[in-house]
Amino acid sequence: MFEFCSDPAALDTMRWFACFFTTGKHQLFYWSFVTVLVLLAITAPTALAFGFGGAMAARSPVAPLRWFGKGYISVVRGVPDIAFFLFFVIALDQGFEWLRHQAFCPDWTDAIRQGNDFIVCAEAKMPLSTAPQWVHEVYGFFLAVLTFAIVFGAFAANVLYGAMNAVPLGQVEAAEAYGMTPRQAFWRITVPQMWVYALPGLSNLWMVLIKATPLLFLLGVEDIVYWARELGATVLPRFSDYPHGDWRLYYFLFLLVFYLAFTRVSEKVLARITVRLSRGQATLGAT
Amino acid sequence: MSCWETIQAYAFRSLGYGERLLPRGDFTLCQHFTLIGSGLIWNIYFGLLALIAGFLLANVLAVGKASPRAWIAKPADWFILVFRGSPLFIQFFLAYFIFLELKNAGILPWLTSAWSGALVVLFLNTAAYSGEIFYGALKSVPKGEVEAADAYGMAGWTRFKRVIWPTQMRLAWPAYTNEAIFLFHATTLVFLSGFPAQRQQGDALYYAQYFADKTFNPFVPYPILAFYFVLVTLVLIFLMGLINKRLNRHLPQATRTRVRFRPVLMR
Repeated sequence: MFEFCSDPAALDTMRWFACFFTTGKHQLFYWSFVTVLVLLAITAPTALAFGFGGAMAARSPVAPLRWFGKGYISVVRGVPDIAFFLFFVIALDQGFEWLRHQAFCPDWTDAIRQGNDFIVCAEAKMPLSTAPQWVHEVYGFFLAVLTFAIVFGAFAANVLYGAMNAVPLGQVEAAEAYGMTPRQAFWRITVPQMWVYALPGLSNLWMVLIKATPLLFLLGVEDIVYWARELGATVLPRFSDYPHGDWRLYYFLFLLVFYLAFTRVSEKVLARITVRLSRGQATLGAT
Repeated sequence: MSCWETIQAYAFRSLGYGERLLPRGDFTLCQHFTLIGSGLIWNIYFGLLALIAGFLLANVLAVGKASPRAWIAKPADWFILVFRGSPLFIQFFLAYFIFLELKNAGILPWLTSAWSGALVVLFLNTAAYSGEIFYGALKSVPKGEVEAADAYGMAGWTRFKRVIWPTQMRLAWPAYTNEAIFLFHATTLVFLSGFPAQRQQGDALYYAQYFADKTFNPFVPYPILAFYFVLVTLVLIFLMGLINKRLNRHLPQATRTRVRFRPVLMR
C-alpha cells in the first residue's frame, strides 16, 4: 500500500501498523463489513415481503392457506434459529439442484440419494463446476439471504399479523359502509394504518437481525467473523512479513464495539421514525 | 445393533460414557434420536444453571439500574447495554479468547472448556436481558401499592421484600418466560462458537450437524432436533406457568395474566 512497506521488519511501530492494517487480507476484512451491510440491506426488505405474505396467508379466508401461514409462523419461531439456518442452507441447495435435475436430465435413471450421497447430473449442479469462483461466492451469499429471509420472515409475519388485527375494526367497517370491497378496504385502510402498530415489533426485529449477522459465518460466507479469526490467529515469521501472536481477542473486541455502535445508532434512528410515523395517528404517542 | 443396544451405547455419549466411537455408516433413526437426545443434556445443563444464576444477578441489576445513585445505576445500565447491544455469538468468541489469555497467565485455566466458560457467558447474557425485563417491571409497580406499604410503616428491605418484589415478579413473569425459552434456544450456539467440543461430546445441535454432514441429508436430524426443542419449550412453558399461577394467586380470576409464548425478543 505505502512505499515504505517493502521491508516490514525494519519499520518502527507506527509505520509497521500502518502497513499491517493495509495488507491485502485486511482489505478483504474491510470489504466483509460491506458484505454484512449488503446482507442487511437485501434481507430486511425481503424478510418484510415474506412476513407480509405470511401475515396475509394467516388472515386468509381460505383454510389451507391460513393453516400454512399460521404453521409457518409458529414452527419457525418455536425452534432455535441457528438450527434453521443450518438446515435451510443445505435443504435449499439440494432443493434447487433437485429441481434443475428434474428439468435438465429427465432420462437419468439412478436414484438421487444413494446411501450417504446426493448425486445429480453434472448439468444440474448449482453452480456449475465450470463456473468461476465469484459465481460460487454469490450463490452462497444468495442462499444465506434466502435463509435469513425465511427465518426472519416468520418473525415479521407474526408482527404484521398482530398489527393488521390492531387496526381499529371501526375503520374497516367504515370503509365497507362506503362501499369498498374487502380487498380495497385492506389495501387502502388497513395497510396504511398498520405500520404504526407494527413499528415497535419491527424495530425489535431489526435489532435482532443486526445481531444475527455474525451467523453468516456458520453459513459458509467469508464474513467479518471469518476474517477476524483468520487475521487474529498467530502468524509465524515463516509465512508472512507481518508475524504476530494471537490477536483474536482484539479483533473480536473490535467487532463487539462495531455491533454496539451499530445497534446504538439504529436505536436512535428508529426512535425518530416512530415519532414521524405516529404523526396524525389516534394513539397516545402521536403529536 | 438393536435400538435398545444403541440407547445403552449412546444415551450418555455427550457426557463421555458408553461407546467411544460415534456411529459411522448405516445411520438408523434410533441412532439419530438417541445421540441428539444425549446432546440435549448439555442444552438443559447450560439453560437451567444459567437461568437460575442469571435470575439472581438480574434482580440485582434491575434494582441497581433503578437506583437514584449514579455510581450504582450507571454500571448496571452499561452492563445491560453491552450484553443486549451485541450478538451472543461475538460474546462467546470474545469470552473464549479472554479465557485463553487468562489460561496462558495461569489464572482459572478450566474456564476455556465449554462446561464452565460458555456457562459464564450465558449467565451474564441472560442476566442482562432479564435485568432489563425486571427493570421495566419495577418501573411499572403501581404507586398505590408502595404508598400503602409506606402507610403501614414498612420501609427499606421489608417494603421491597413484601410489596415491591412480588408485584415486580408478577408483572415481569410472562416476558421472563419468553426470555427463558430463548435462553434454551441460545444454548445451541455454544459449540458452534469458539468453545471446542472435547472428544466429540457436544450438544444436540452438534450431533444433529454431525449426522447432517455425514449423511448429507438435513431432512432427518434437524426435524428431530426441532422436535426435542419444541418438547423442552412446552415443558418450560408448563413450569413457568405454575410459578405464574402462584404469583397471581391473590388476584380475581379475570385479571390474572396468562403466560403465552410470544417471542418478540431474540438474541
